Amino acid sequence: MSDPASTIASSGLGDFGLWVYLSRTPLLWLTVTLLAYVAADRISAAFGRHPLANSVLIAVALAAGMLAVTGTPYRTYFEGAQFVHFLIGPATVALALPLYRSRRTVWRAILPMGAALVVGALAAMLSALLIARALGLPPSVLAALAPKSVTAGVAMGIAEGLGGDPALAAVLVLLTGGIGAVTVTPLMNALGLRDMRARGFAAGLAAHGIGTARAFHVNPVAGTFAGIALALNALFSAILAPIVLRALL
Amino acid sequence: MIQGAALILLCQLAGEAVAHGTGLPLPGPVLGMLLLLVLLLLNDTLPRPVGMGFLAPAADGLLANLSLLFIPAGVGVVGRLDVIQAYGLGLAVALVASTLIGLAATALTFAAVARLLHQEAEA
Repeated sequence: MSDPASTIASSGLGDFGLWVYLSRTPLLWLTVTLLAYVAADRISAAFGRHPLANSVLIAVALAAGMLAVTGTPYRTYFEGAQFVHFLIGPATVALALPLYRSRRTVWRAILPMGAALVVGALAAMLSALLIARALGLPPSVLAALAPKSVTAGVAMGIAEGLGGDPALAAVLVLLTGGIGAVTVTPLMNALGLRDMRARGFAAGLAAHGIGTARAFHVNPVAGTFAGIALALNALFSAILAPIVLRALL
Repeated sequence: MIQGAALILLCQLAGEAVAHGTGLPLPGPVLGMLLLLVLLLLNDTLPRPVGMGFLAPAADGLLANLSLLFIPAGVGVVGRLDVIQAYGLGLAVALVASTLIGLAATALTFAAVARLLHQEAEA
């Protein structure tokens, strides 16, 4: 009778008791996250990596659907998923390796990168704030919107410093990443831009890590330049956001 | 592989320590990336460079699955879409338009300056 499974069975809870037990362990939700990723990656590959079949968005929809169906709170889910989430930091550090491998290509493009950083970061932030202000959004929302192209951890800090809600900032950052990852390939094709350095740099600057993940799917050079843009924009936008917001309000 | 992971974590740890210690507006992992890059570049000058053999499996493994790492945060967003709904249309328009403008402005500036300097991408 000391066997937990037989205890559950004899308590009349049956499968439900087992579910109650498993749904509280980190193991289940870590497994769900990995399975959602594997399934999403297969679906994305089956659609020939079409921009709309973005593996992050599909996996998020699958995992979120699972939470909704089972009525699991996000807090419980995150206890398992945090092990994956934690790896964003080490992955950012690991970007040094592709950067190192293509150091000659990168060094040759130092001036185009600098110009694109200043123009692109300003364009993304100013256009977002001007449109949002014209549509009547309050200053507190503008403060959360300003760092939307910056990688989530930094964006939350920037928003907080400006008097915005960090949680809203994180939501806007992730939505921006999704929009950027889906639109970057068709937009660049429409603009007739074939330079993988320019395309990747734009993806990393405007759509941070999710744009960088998309860029690595397309081309290693694009991925490397996306990683550089992500890092540069985290620094540049942290300085730029307070100045731009003060000028607009 | 484990040595590589340890080196990556060590760089991140050093980055976090510097970021928190100095109050720089830079995130720890970004400083960690800069540190790892400096280590790799210094490595170049050694007669017998070390580290690439064990760093590559860990770093490439992480980067090959970058999409996976954003799933937990993305699932969190789905649960907070009510926040968005309050300002729905305005935020949606601002996000989509500004992302397209940001992408186009960045890529066009990059390409224009590269052309100006005759630094077109090698084929």
